[in-house]
Amino acid sequence: MSVDMRPRNSLVMTDEDVRRIVREELERAFRRDPAAKRACIIASKGTLDWAYPPLILGSAAAAAGMDAAVFFTFYGLNIIHRDYRRRVKVSPVGNPAMPMPVPMADTFTSLPGMKAMATWMLKGKFSKKGVATLDELLDVCRESGVRLIACAMTMEVFGFKETDFIDGVEFGGAGAFMSEARRSHVTLFI
Amino acid sequence: MPETDLEEDTVLDCRGQLCPMPVVRTAGAVAALERGQVIKVMVTDRGALADVPAWAQDTGNTVLHWREERDHLVFYVRKEEAAPDD
Repeated sequence: MSVDMRPRNSLVMTDEDVRRIVREELERAFRRDPAAKRACIIASKGTLDWAYPPLILGSAAAAAGMDAAVFFTFYGLNIIHRDYRRRVKVSPVGNPAMPMPVPMADTFTSLPGMKAMATWMLKGKFSKKGVATLDELLDVCRESGVRLIACAMTMEVFGFKETDFIDGVEFGGAGAFMSEARRSHVTLFI
Repeated sequence: MPETDLEEDTVLDCRGQLCPMPVVRTAGAVAALERGQVIKVMVTDRGALADVPAWAQDTGNTVLHWREERDHLVFYVRKEEAAPDD
């Protein structure tokens, strides 16, 4: 019995076929890559405006089916402190980009009460526009499995105890972050 | 798919909510669906025009159709089988 060794028509590939196969294989490799399903975010700031991005991106990652972890370090620890509603504020001082109803000199915006006023105004604007509150975002993160990790070193520096943080918070350091981050395509420092 | 063939199994109203809530709530609602079921999502957040299709692509679900109503957007999303990690 002889085998027909002549090339069959189906084996003749055009450039377009090759490009399509490469595209499909890249897509398959991306789906297989576990790092494509992981996000590691550092939250280093503790003001109201900066508290939003890490929680929004963490919850969006979880919604997209990713394993997400947010590491809270330095002032970012404020966001997961039990008393975050009182601690997380925003100040117009030193922030020329903050929209003010009327132009105000720094000497005026640094008066007592102005930080509380700016925080109240921003919260009011967020609420009116339909932005989720920090309570809601923290709940979404915890319910959807986003890991909230407090930096042990800055806890020590600022004198925080483990019991100072909201339920569900884990504790770790730079080594734990790197171990997660090297397995994640998405790594963000906020 | 022609619009007239669309029939939703459930409705999610995200009007008045901004990013990331429409996607977060869509993900939660789709998780509760059976494969092949369709959810109608109503959104006022313009960012959803990019966010909902991107979310659907990442999670292997299908946006069958979207349209603009007078004051909001409507997406029809069909739950698909979990994408294989071949």
